[in-house]
This record gives sequence, C-alpha cells and structure tokens, in this order.
Amino acid sequence: MAQPDILGQPGQGGPVPAGHRPGAGGARLRRRLRSLGGILLSLALTLLGLLLVTFVIGRIMPIDPVLKVVGERATQAQYDAAYQVMGLDKPIWQQFLRYMAEVLRGDFGRSISTGHAVAQDLLRVFPATLELAMLGTLIGVCVGVPLGVIAAARRGGWLDQIARVVALVGYSMPIFWLGLMGLLLFYGILGWVGGPGRQGIIHDGMVPTVTGLILVDSLMAGDWAAFRDAFSHIVLPASLLGYFSLAYISRMTRSFMLEQLSAEYVVTARVKGLSERRVIWTHAFRNILVPLITVIALSFGSLLEGSVLTEIVFSWPGIGQYITKALLAGDMNAVLGGTVVIGTCFVALNLLSDILYRLLDPRAR
Amino acid sequence: MTPLLSVQNLRVGFPTRSGLFQAVRGVSFDLGRERLGVVGESGSGKSMTGRAILGLVRPPGRVTADRLDLDGEPILNLPESRMRRLRGARISMVMQDPKFSLNPVMTVGRQIAEGYRLHTGTSRAQARAKALEMLAAVQIHDPERVFDAYPHEVSGGMGQRVMIAMMLAPDPQVLIADEPTSALDVSVRNEVLRILDRLVSARGMGLIFISHDLNLVAQFCDRVLIMYAGRVVEELPARDLHAAKHPYTQGLLDSLPRLDRPVERLATLQRQAGWRDAPEEGTP
Amino acid sequence: MTEMTTRAWLLSDAPQTRRQARLGALYQGWLTFRANRLAMVGLAILVLLVLVAAFAPWIAPQNPFAQDLAQRLQPPSASHWLGTDALGRDILSRLIHGSRVTLFIVGTVALIAPVIGLFVGTVAGFAGGWVDQVLMRITDIFLAFPKLILALAFVAALGPGIGNAVLALAVTSWPPYARLARAETLTIRRADYIAAARLQGAGPLRLLIGHVWPLCVSSLIVRAALDMAGIILSAAGLGFLGLGAQPPMPEWGAMISDGRSYILDFWWVAAMPGLAIFVVSLAFNLLGDGLRDVLDPKEGPR
Repeated sequence: MAQPDILGQPGQGGPVPAGHRPGAGGARLRRRLRSLGGILLSLALTLLGLLLVTFVIGRIMPIDPVLKVVGERATQAQYDAAYQVMGLDKPIWQQFLRYMAEVLRGDFGRSISTGHAVAQDLLRVFPATLELAMLGTLIGVCVGVPLGVIAAARRGGWLDQIARVVALVGYSMPIFWLGLMGLLLFYGILGWVGGPGRQGIIHDGMVPTVTGLILVDSLMAGDWAAFRDAFSHIVLPASLLGYFSLAYISRMTRSFMLEQLSAEYVVTARVKGLSERRVIWTHAFRNILVPLITVIALSFGSLLEGSVLTEIVFSWPGIGQYITKALLAGDMNAVLGGTVVIGTCFVALNLLSDILYRLLDPRAR
Repeated sequence: MTPLLSVQNLRVGFPTRSGLFQAVRGVSFDLGRERLGVVGESGSGKSMTGRAILGLVRPPGRVTADRLDLDGEPILNLPESRMRRLRGARISMVMQDPKFSLNPVMTVGRQIAEGYRLHTGTSRAQARAKALEMLAAVQIHDPERVFDAYPHEVSGGMGQRVMIAMMLAPDPQVLIADEPTSALDVSVRNEVLRILDRLVSARGMGLIFISHDLNLVAQFCDRVLIMYAGRVVEELPARDLHAAKHPYTQGLLDSLPRLDRPVERLATLQRQAGWRDAPEEGTP
Repeated sequence: MTEMTTRAWLLSDAPQTRRQARLGALYQGWLTFRANRLAMVGLAILVLLVLVAAFAPWIAPQNPFAQDLAQRLQPPSASHWLGTDALGRDILSRLIHGSRVTLFIVGTVALIAPVIGLFVGTVAGFAGGWVDQVLMRITDIFLAFPKLILALAFVAALGPGIGNAVLALAVTSWPPYARLARAETLTIRRADYIAAARLQGAGPLRLLIGHVWPLCVSSLIVRAALDMAGIILSAAGLGFLGLGAQPPMPEWGAMISDGRSYILDFWWVAAMPGLAIFVVSLAFNLLGDGLRDVLDPKEGPR
C-alpha cells in the first residue's frame, strides 16, 4: 500500500510576490501571520471534516451501539436508559457536537473487545506502529534518496535501470504477501530473524516502558539481549516497509532531480567549473529538499497506513492490528478512534511539511 | 600573435530517431581581444556554438572540430577534469535570464564566491572580499546587502549584473555572452551593456556576444558573424553591416523598421534552402 | 502497397485534415509505445488476463469450489499444477476464476471513481466562487485521509462483501481525479471557443457536458490506467483482511489470507495467489509507464 498520492502539492504555498525585498520587515511579518492563519484554518476544517466522516460512518453502521453496551438480555427500561445516557435521543447535530467534545477531550469511548478506554489502548499500541514506521522511513530515505539522485544524474545508466525495476516491483507487490514470503524465507527456512511479534517470550515485558519504542527503551535500560531480540523482530517488517518507502522516494527524487538538472542554473554552475558532484549535491539537490520533505512526510504517513497489513502478517501489536481486530469484532469505538488518530497523524504530517517548506525555501520566507 | 580563441570547422550533432541532427555545421572563426557579435534566428546554432566551446554539450550530443584552441592550446574534447579547470577560470559565459540562471536557494554572495574560491583556492574571507569588490565593480551600490540576498530578491537588471560579477570574478580571458540582455527591460539594457563593455575592455578580454538583435550587435560589437542553419553565412566588420552582401543578412536588415527610411510594409524574411549548404562568404 | 501509403499518410509532416493530424498523432504515440518492450509485455499480460477471465469455466481444469479433503494441501504436481488448498480445492482453477473477481473490482472502481471525480472537479472548476471552495475543501478532507484506513472504516460500517469493498475503494479514490478534472477545467474555461459557444447562447450545463467533459476525459483515462495497480493492491488488501469478497469466492487476496496459517509448511497456498496479484499489477504498472512515456517523454529513460 506504499503508494501515496501526492496530496500536498509541493510549492502550492505560493511564491512570494516579486516586489519582495529584504528589509520590508513589517509587511513580511503580517503576511507570514496571515499565511499561518490560513494554514491553521484549513487544518481546523480538515480535522472537522475528519470527525464528521467518522461520525457519519459510526451512525450508518448496522450495529446497534446501545445493544453492544447493555447486552442482549437487557430489559426495555435498561435499554431506554442507556439510549438516553448515550444521547441518542437528541437531534443529530447535538450528537455530533457531543462526539466532537468527547474526541477533543481525548475520549473515544470504551472498547468492547478489550474492556479498556480506547484512548488508553491507542496509547499502548501506537508506539509499536510508530517504531516500525520510523525505522521503515529511515531505510527508505537513506537508500531511496541517494538512489534517486544517482539515477537522475546517470539517466539511462545501469543504476537508473535497477532503480526503475526496484520501484516497479515495489509498486506492484502486495505488501502482505511479500511479508509472508519474507517470514517463510528469513525466519522459516534461514532462521536469520525473529519470528512474528515484537519480542521473544523471554523478553516480553521485561524492559521498563519509557518511550514505548522497545529499541530505545532497551538501550536506555542497558539490556543488550532485549535490544538484540527486539531488533531481530523488527528488522524484517521494517525492511519491508522501508522497501516500499524507498520505491516511492527514489522515484520522486529522480523525477525532481531530472527537473532541476535541466534548469539553467545548473548550466551556470557547470560554467563556473564546478565538479559534477558539487553541481548535483550543492546546487541541484538543495533545490529539491523542500518538495522532498513533503514526499518523505507522505511516505511516512503511508507507512502508518501500510502498517495495517504488515502488522497483521507479523502479528505486530500496533494500531493496524488493533483496528483490524476491532473491526472483525464489530467494536466500532475502537475502529473510529484508531481512524481518527491515524487521520490526525496525516493532517499533522501535512502541516509539518507545510511549515518546513516555509522555513527552508528562501522564496517562501 | 595567436588569437585568444580559434575555431575551425566546429560541428555539433545530436542523434534523433530520424538520423543525426546537425545543430552546428562547420563554424570557423578567430577571436582576439575584441567584441565579436554572433547573430542569427533562434535555432541557427549560435547558442549551441557557445556551449560547444565551453564543452557543455552533454551526451548523446557530439562535438567535432578541426581546431578548437584557447590561447594556442587545444581544448576540444578534453577530459572533463581538465576542462573544469579551464571553465570559469579562463573561459566563461553569461546567460540569458538571471531569473533562471541563478540558483534560487543560494545567496548571491555565495554563488559569486563559490567559483572564485574554486579556481584561486583562497580563504572564505578573501573570496567574500572579492565578491563584494566584484559587486561594486558592476555598480551595485549596496554590495553588502546584495551579497546576502537571494536571487528572487533582486531585480532582473541587478541579477544580470550579479551574473556578470560572478563570471568575471576569476578573471577569464574569454567571455561568451548568450543573449545577455534579451530578458531585461529596455530601460536597464543599456546600463548592463555598458558595464559589460567597460569590464571586458578594461581587462583586455575577448567577448563573444550572441544575440538575435542585429541593431544591438551593430552598435556594440567590432565584428559580426551572421549564422543561418548551423553555419556562418557572412562575416563582416560591424560598421559595414549595412553593406552586407549575403541575401540572408540583407533580409534580416530589411525586416527591421528604420526611422530614417520608413517603408509602408516591412519585408518578410525570405529563406532559401540553398543557403544551408552554400560555402560561407567572407571566411577563407 | 496500401499498407505503405496508409503509413505514409499517417506519418505525413503536413496533414491535410484535422482527422489525419489526430490519427497521425495517435499512430506516432503507438509507435513510441510499441518501441517500449516492457509496456508491450504489460499489454500482453493484460490481454491474456481478460481472455482467461472471459473463458474461465472452459480453461479451469477443475471446479474452483469443489472440495476434496483427501487431497488437501497437496504440493504442485501433474494433477494439480499449483497444488491444492486447505480444503483440497485446486489452486490453479481458483486463480483462473479469481481473475474475474479482480477484473470486476478494478473495472468497477476505475469506472466509478473517475466519474465522481469528473463531476466534482468540473463543476467546481466551471462554477468557481463558493461552489469551488466548498467542493475543493471536501476533496481536500478526503485527500487528507489515509485511503486504506478510510476504506476499512467504510467496509466496517457497511459490512464486509465485495460490493461494499468496491464502493469503499471508489469513495476513497475519487479525490485525485477531482483535482485533475478541476485543473483541466480551469484551463478549458478560459479558451476562446468556450467564449464563442457562450456567445451563441449555450447554457452552462450544455457547455459543461458538451465542451468541458469530452476534453477532460482523456487525461482522466490515463490517470485511471496508472491507478489500476494501486486499486488491485488495495482490493487484495481488503480481501486479505477478510473485508472484501467473502468465502468461498476465489478472491486472490482472501486466498493469501487462507494460506497464511500454513505458510511455513505449505508455502504454495499463499505464494501462488500473491504471484498472480504481483504479475497483474506489474502489468498495469508497465502499461501505465508506457502510456506516460508516450504522453510525457520527459520522465522516462532515454
């Protein structure tokens, strides 16, 4: 599923008017505040839309939420009481306001499958997903960016061909299937990596939770055995996500670089007698940094999403597995809570790349 | 005295699906400490000639020549590493539009200092001093401020002056100016030209001035090459331009409006296929 | 002889009619496309897939639903080329019948999503003003959602099943089309012939349907071709999670899910359907790449 659309149109933040000169401090500050206001407004609207969609989904579902709470054998009086407590007798817009207020307070209701508050569950499972997605993105960036840059610089060369094949296969491979095959080969046959799950049984729960990222926590505790164990478990799923991430990142990097390398300022740099390495990395590459950040943010978001399937394959106790299990159990509070959290992450990532764009591109300052 | 630049039978070709496309087909000229104008329509190969001299034709494009000497040394198809030492240091180029030819995410000062430092190996502080000196030389009144500005923060005319400062900082012997004023407002054109002219003459450089503007070239240059379809059809001193013999040059001249000889209707430029292959006039 | 002249007519530098020019451009594109060997491979695979789906009952060696518990989890052999699954069903036959499911899902989503997008995008672009603002804001909200998660939530609400899976995928994949259609509309709207048609008294609806839509369609089709592989993977993902086609329907994603528990001992049960998904979505990607090379030569290798 690592095939995100390019949602955040890089450069859409708009170039600064031509008359902009350094020193026009007051006007610049005002403009920056206004654009910040615009971002915040669109952020608020998007979050509102997110809640509206999850609210609607929660209402159209065929499961009776009251029945789920009071149980099948409740009397009519009990049922009606619960119906009122849940506010279902109120007009629909009041129900939405109530839902919004609850979510804003971090209250997603109670999960019927785990018995805990959904928010509490999410706090527990989210770091596992985050750890996986971060490591995957790290791999994707460290391999994908150089690969894309070199593929563009040596367009048509053998590395470009390899990069093309790598990306094509990545775009065409069902991630869950590749995960299964990876497990079969590296765990089942070769025995190089740990099996499904996040930790082996002996290390499970032995490391005190600080950040929730087991790799970090075990290092902080100085528990090398636990670290090695956690690493052997995460390396396969993270490489898998990293592969899909690098397929996308290398493709976008290549395309951005090709565009820059045909720009006139690259000729200028060559006229100056700069080495090709300098032309590529100091001149062209610096120009793609900003759109690249958007791509990396998008790819990170899509890994959070792609983790749903990966987590199922690797029995990884993250948010993807949580949502899927809740789904199959008809546990709507948990599903919608998870959806809101991942959706919010997406929105936050868009916001982050928007802010970084404004900070890093001199034309947007 | 050997010419600064000597070009004999220069050819540039690009393979296409329908065979080899020849962008430049046998151009020859010598350049001394002078201002040589190269005039032609777009697609006549004048820009490609400039890029070929600098060794900037990328594969699959191919450059051949009987001779391509810079100050008596052959520079045709030199290994890239040796060519890099010449480029910028001894032969340089100013391009058309500073909006595109300056790197948008690097400050003007860094871009000027970069090439200078590379070729002279000086310290950062010295390069900065040189860049400021060059900015002052192209008559920018507030060099310190412009040094730290980004290209989008300077006007077109100022951008082109920055470009000139950048290209002249390492003191090259030959400068190729590829339509350096076409993207500028008419009001700042003359100023930029004057600055360019003064710097080039003061340093005793050779200048190749590529343009489609016949009048401008006639005023500004010592000598003019007229190019058509990748070859030089006529070469003559700029002051004798009105006495051009080749029908193409005459056609170019006739298609320009003139205050002293108004006509009812400007002539349309007529082209003949035969000119593509006709032997060049004015060159041996 | 006619062959030659037709070719010459198509490749003429100076087309005499608009139709000749258009056909000539198409032919040029086809020549470029044909030169791309990988794209031709993709096209061949897809033609094969359509044929297999069309003639599935005749091609499949066995009934895809027939269980034979004595023959369960057999490795690939002469009688079962790709082996059998946990219920003793022939995997090859299930794959062949599954191609129909795959084509159905991809075809329907690729039909619905661009139509929604076309409608929203052109109306937004053509009407402008607050209509544009509202529609594009809605589009942005859908774009800000993680696609698969949203599809999951939809299927959860509507109940699992192939129809709902298609619906969920369509609902989550229209926004990019809307953006594209709006961008096209904005350029078309300013064209002179639109002004001319308006002067002749054409109403907005007529302009939209008669002039704007036909011009948007081609770019939407290309975009849809590029999206096909993604749709296949998403659909297979839903099937894998048990939210798409329900058993015993031979959907490829669900078949992988069936084989998951036996992966370490009976690898072929999960491996075969995955290979099928991979080959088909690779074919769509190759085809899409080829199409893009024809339309936008800047991106591909030289």
